[in-house]
Amino acid sequence: MNQPMLEVANLNVYFGEGGDIFQAVDSVSFKVKKGGSYGLVGESGSGKSTVLRAISGLIADWDGRICVEGEVLEPKREKAFYRKMQMVFQDPYASLHPRHTVDRILSEPLGLHGIGDVETRVLKALDDVGLGKAFRFRYPHQLSGGQRQRVAVARALMLEPQILLLDEPTSALDVSVQAEVLNLLSDLRTERNLTYLMVTHDLAVVAHMCEEIAVMSHGKVVEVMSVEQMRRSEPKEAYTRELLMASKGYDPEFFAGEAV
Amino acid sequence: MSEQETLLRVEDLWVRFPTRNGIVEAVRGISFAVGRERVGIVGESGSGKSMTGRSILRLIRPPGQMTAKEISFKGDNLLDYSERQMRDVRGHKISMVMQDPKFSLNPVMTVGKQISEAYRLHSGASRGDAKRKALEMLEAVQIREPERVYNSYPHEVSGGMGQRIMIAMMLIPDPDLLIADEPTSALDVTVQMRVLAIMDKLVKDRGMGLIFISHDLQLVSSFCDRVIIMYGGKIVETCKASELHNAKHPYTRGLLAALPQIDDPKAKLAVLDRDPVWRDQESVVAYD
Repeated sequence: MNQPMLEVANLNVYFGEGGDIFQAVDSVSFKVKKGGSYGLVGESGSGKSTVLRAISGLIADWDGRICVEGEVLEPKREKAFYRKMQMVFQDPYASLHPRHTVDRILSEPLGLHGIGDVETRVLKALDDVGLGKAFRFRYPHQLSGGQRQRVAVARALMLEPQILLLDEPTSALDVSVQAEVLNLLSDLRTERNLTYLMVTHDLAVVAHMCEEIAVMSHGKVVEVMSVEQMRRSEPKEAYTRELLMASKGYDPEFFAGEAV
Repeated sequence: MSEQETLLRVEDLWVRFPTRNGIVEAVRGISFAVGRERVGIVGESGSGKSMTGRSILRLIRPPGQMTAKEISFKGDNLLDYSERQMRDVRGHKISMVMQDPKFSLNPVMTVGKQISEAYRLHSGASRGDAKRKALEMLEAVQIREPERVYNSYPHEVSGGMGQRIMIAMMLIPDPDLLIADEPTSALDVTVQMRVLAIMDKLVKDRGMGLIFISHDLQLVSSFCDRVIIMYGGKIVETCKASELHNAKHPYTRGLLAALPQIDDPKAKLAVLDRDPVWRDQESVVAYD
């Protein structure tokens, strides 16, 4: 009945082989309900992006269980899978093809999946992300960072997926532009009842976007909390407390004393 | 700042870049002064904050042009210095720490050699002395095994350690002024705080001046004594860091409102409405 939209159970991801094996993700489990927004927080090397890449099918070397709407996913994905789940990457300067126009970037997923009515869909997608048709034949270098990230969001939505994986979608943007993109993402979620799984190192951003938050460190989930718990600053783990302090700005007493 | 000595005074600084579509003005007539204090320069990308930092050391390379009525350091006008004299200023009297240690350390030279080279160049000390001093400095930036780090190459150390190495290298000639251009932006938040704590302590202990260039309003307001806010190549506002939340200029207020806050949830973030008038307003003079 109350089936989660996305379920990850005992996920392990390994890199390398033989004696040189490295476990990047260590038995990570969580559930995201339909229409929910779940945040994975951690510092570089914590394995948060790796979890996202395993779910999206960009990494094949994992074990455990990943289910979308109760359906178990194999490491190798069917084409139909990508109509259910799409990803928005961190750096819009790197994720858009520099020599493709916005029109081509947005119509490519349609072509791959044999969906017609391309022109209307492209125009509608541009409209939905607040760009308008004037941007249709521009190249990425003619767009600002925020506009590029809007194009990346539009591309992810072309196949009308139900789940969006967001990998630090605003960390490359200025704060004023970040606010615009975050607002856009919240609006789209409400309008389309999308499910978000968001990875970020910025606690203020997850607190704004997500209802539930898992804190990762060294490949493990060290703490799961609701956004209310986080707002009340009630983390149990010392690591989470440190992250919270750090996100509130420089506090000489807290950090000077225990500097390594 | 009035009772303190002024270390650096910049008057009417302009930075221009000729492009195919005419001249781009990156910095447009700003004036400010820095004493033995921590001054933060905040702005978004393209606001001219990094160009300001580079101009002080006359590091704008052609075809870029830098002009100013005055850039004086302890009373001497740096604009009158020869390139040779400038080399003595750079590193020795004014140092600069850049954003990413990956790109500012020499990848084929051991860390120790780079640090002691910086010291020997400015002090003429012997190899042995320079090594001792470098190890001391590595300890001062709280690197646990200075001897091991001294002999390692930059790719063998982490980002946080790399940035501490950069800071050690910049502080070893004992400069009076440190310019730090986004020194911690490439680092994880908790590492960032540790690096800042180290910088904070060193700057305080040595009574140095610090220009801290950053895009992070919250960080600057909690770390610095005074804040200069730049927009479109001009200074739109300056205030005490502790007074930043009472900022008056609509740009500063807009930036503050656009930040998501953990303890103050909002359904929607405020979006900055850029008023074209801001670009044409007179630059605020930030002498104190």
